[in-house]
Amino acid sequence: MAKIRVETTINGEETEFLCNGQESLLEVLRDGLGMTGTKEGCTTGDCGACSVVVDGRLVPSCLVLAAETGGRTVDTIEGVADGQTLTPVQQQFLEHGALQCGICTPGFIVAAEKLLEKNPNPTEAEARYFLAGNLCRCTGYDKIIKAVLDAAAVMREGRA
Amino acid sequence: MSAATDDSNRKFKQIGSRPIRHDGLDKVTGRARFGADFTLPGALQGVFVRSPYAHAKILKIDTSKAEKVPGVKAVITAEDLPELPMSWVSQGPAGVDSGANQRVILAREKALYHGHAFAAVAAATREIAVEAGRLIEVEWEVLPPVLSVDQALAEDAPILHEGQKTEGAGPPVEGDTNITNQIVFEGGDLDAGFADADLVVEGEFETPMVHQGYIEPHACLVNAREDGTSEIWCATQGPFGVKTETATLTGTDPQTIKVTPSEIGGGFGGKIPVYLEPAALALSRKAGRPVKMTMTREEVFRGTGPTSGSKMKLKLGAKSDGTLVAADLRLDFEAGCFRGSPVGAACMTTLSPYVIPNFRILGRDIVVNKPRVAAYRAPGAPIGSFAAESLLDELARKLGRDPIDLRLQNAIEEGGRAKYGPKFGPIGFKETLEAAKAHPQYKTALEGNQGRGVAAGFWFNAGMQSSATVSVNPDGSAVVRTGNPDIGGSRASMALMCAEELGIDVARVRPMVGDTDSVGHCDPTGGSRVTYATGMAVIDATRQVIDHLRARAATMLDVELDSIEWQDGNAVAVNGASDKGSIPIEDIARKMGATGGPIVASASVSPPAAGPGFGVHVCDLEVDPETGVSRVLRYLVVQDAGKAIHPTFVEGQYQGGAAQGIGWALNEEYLWDEEGKVENAGFLDYRVPVASDLPMIDTVIVEVPNPLHPYGVRGVGETPIVPPLGAVANAMRDATGVRFHRLPMSPPRVLDALEGAE
Ligand code: FES
Ligand code: FES
Repeated sequence: MAKIRVETTINGEETEFLCNGQESLLEVLRDGLGMTGTKEGCTTGDCGACSVVVDGRLVPSCLVLAAETGGRTVDTIEGVADGQTLTPVQQQFLEHGALQCGICTPGFIVAAEKLLEKNPNPTEAEARYFLAGNLCRCTGYDKIIKAVLDAAAVMREGRA
Repeated sequence: MSAATDDSNRKFKQIGSRPIRHDGLDKVTGRARFGADFTLPGALQGVFVRSPYAHAKILKIDTSKAEKVPGVKAVITAEDLPELPMSWVSQGPAGVDSGANQRVILAREKALYHGHAFAAVAAATREIAVEAGRLIEVEWEVLPPVLSVDQALAEDAPILHEGQKTEGAGPPVEGDTNITNQIVFEGGDLDAGFADADLVVEGEFETPMVHQGYIEPHACLVNAREDGTSEIWCATQGPFGVKTETATLTGTDPQTIKVTPSEIGGGFGGKIPVYLEPAALALSRKAGRPVKMTMTREEVFRGTGPTSGSKMKLKLGAKSDGTLVAADLRLDFEAGCFRGSPVGAACMTTLSPYVIPNFRILGRDIVVNKPRVAAYRAPGAPIGSFAAESLLDELARKLGRDPIDLRLQNAIEEGGRAKYGPKFGPIGFKETLEAAKAHPQYKTALEGNQGRGVAAGFWFNAGMQSSATVSVNPDGSAVVRTGNPDIGGSRASMALMCAEELGIDVARVRPMVGDTDSVGHCDPTGGSRVTYATGMAVIDATRQVIDHLRARAATMLDVELDSIEWQDGNAVAVNGASDKGSIPIEDIARKMGATGGPIVASASVSPPAAGPGFGVHVCDLEVDPETGVSRVLRYLVVQDAGKAIHPTFVEGQYQGGAAQGIGWALNEEYLWDEEGKVENAGFLDYRVPVASDLPMIDTVIVEVPNPLHPYGVRGVGETPIVPPLGAVANAMRDATGVRFHRLPMSPPRVLDALEGAE
């Protein structure tokens, strides 16, 4: 089957890849481009482990066709930190011990960054509902939610 | 030096602090490598081909068409593994039967559940492998499936395994049977006990099969080399188990296999058994190429270890003052397709938190046409506890007693006997009950349609074998090596214990998890044993390192070894030699080369026992009577940790276990159709709790030191999933007036029950 050539921008870098028409963005990221930070938990859009941002929208990369990302921007967990500096979300995940096994962590961080970009001062309930598409089986979410709310506070102070 | 020194009065400097975990950075940046993140040049993709029937004889398998598909490099069936006979006999608590284990990997005589793998294909791409799998032709003789305890026990029940007899104690069973094992514990005089009771409560309870639900599907990469050796990279709780089990099931010398554990994306017991590795090794050998296998989520649900569904019957007798006098318990557990349900552990744990002089416990392990169960966090205990804690709640209601007071009155204490025989050592059960009672949540007023439930529970915790190696770097920092995959922050705990002993900052201790060639044997990360047992090995190895450091310092200062004490990272001259001063670890380390060479020490432990962990949970819940939807408003976990090494991760275990238990109580269950097909093999329909389902989960860490560990540590991972089923059910009873005997208490069931109650 002829491969499709796709030009896209991933984490700010112009990137070119070949894929077939059925391949998901998740498959191309992980298998084609070796960007294994984006995780696979289900491939059916139900776990959020594969969360990425395409043209500013939070999406499960397992449900996005890679071929459709041509000309768009894709942001993944590998692009979240600013060089050697962690974001407040990443830092608060560490401080709070908001991860046990850590498989859900990249998806949560990508989603939480998006939440705080849209809503710098979420309530606990808003954070819980926004992150309801991300499954974590280890933590019971308590420390994740606290990390996100504290990251929001740190970011608000930073801006003030 | 023995690690079991009495440190009960020790003032810790770092134990109990909350440093950032050493592996955290890689996990928040996406760099950490999990099971599916490994590959090798030329790696093929392997997939299983699975049975469309829940129960069917395999008369013939023809793989020839599949083998001819371009891109296919190897196809295997059970014929490609050396046949291991069924032993039928349990060789340990987990019921190890290599014949059965091999038939779980690849069905041989029969497919025993829908989705049972019977062949595997390795090809250039996953798509090709899947496509080729469809071309494998099988002659099946389809048999009626056995899908419940009742069906398995029926007079005319189809028998899963010819030759399966009932082992163990209890009422004799004639001929071939689906009851593989019976367990009995008895004490006192049951009839006299019930005759003596002023009040009797009884009920039958049912719980569904549920899955551990780890977010990372099973994955491995296997490279069989030309010289017969092989390498395995995989997500596992026990790399040494993967090595021996893969060897046994493929007829390979275990010493030729090296297993490198990846980071592991959850396990909860379900990543102790092997599924992929033996097949991937056989495929890799046949193809002469590395083979990678990753399961889909659907395969995880259909083909990997859930925990047992159950039917239970319990009768409790008490005096009018609340004293328990008699208990009669029957537990029937689904084992899945081969023996090995956790019914034995349930028999041991269910009634043991309470003093009950007269009791009889019968547990039965029953095979059904469902996936073979695997360990799931405190295996068996939550199931039995659901029955016991529900009836204790009934008793408290009938007697007009506070449920915590009733439990306090009957709580087992140090010196009390567990129902399976041994006496408990120091335990913190009463302390946890008292802490729960004193917690503000317990006094919070409830409103309409709200209820509060209390439940308690315990888990033995495991000891088993562990080893650790500690080495000193030339700058005075240290490395700790163990063989236990870090599933929830254990690297940080290992580093803390090493740092505490050495007297250096925990950030200067680098903890690592080695492959099976680089570290000594460690039994799996499971049984709440790592911080306890592997931690003991770390402490022991570190103390040996300190002995080396003292000896080097003695040489450097030219004093007797006896005159050197280790204090906060310094070798200090004492005993009349104090004029010689002290040397910091950095200076000793810098001169290691000149004073005797590198400093490194290893230690091993094999503690036969551990310190049991008791927990008490309080659930506040609200029910919408219009929809049956319930919502947990507040949730409290109180548990004895012995000594919390890293409190953040102790709390994390408490919260995570509670959340899994809440899911089990309210929503989770496998749904089967009449043919034995799982109808909800995905996260959309098998609904685990999401962030918006839960409140913050409050925790109280009680510390009653475990005398078996130098710092007093008890395992904490498993106990937190024991009480939630009862706590949620008791809250539901309080909110609705209805006693639920069957889980999950999902909205439709709650609605039905509320309508029935009207
Ligand atoms: S892998 Fe995409 S949502 Fe689960
Ligand atoms: S930390 Fe394991 S799934 Fe979230």
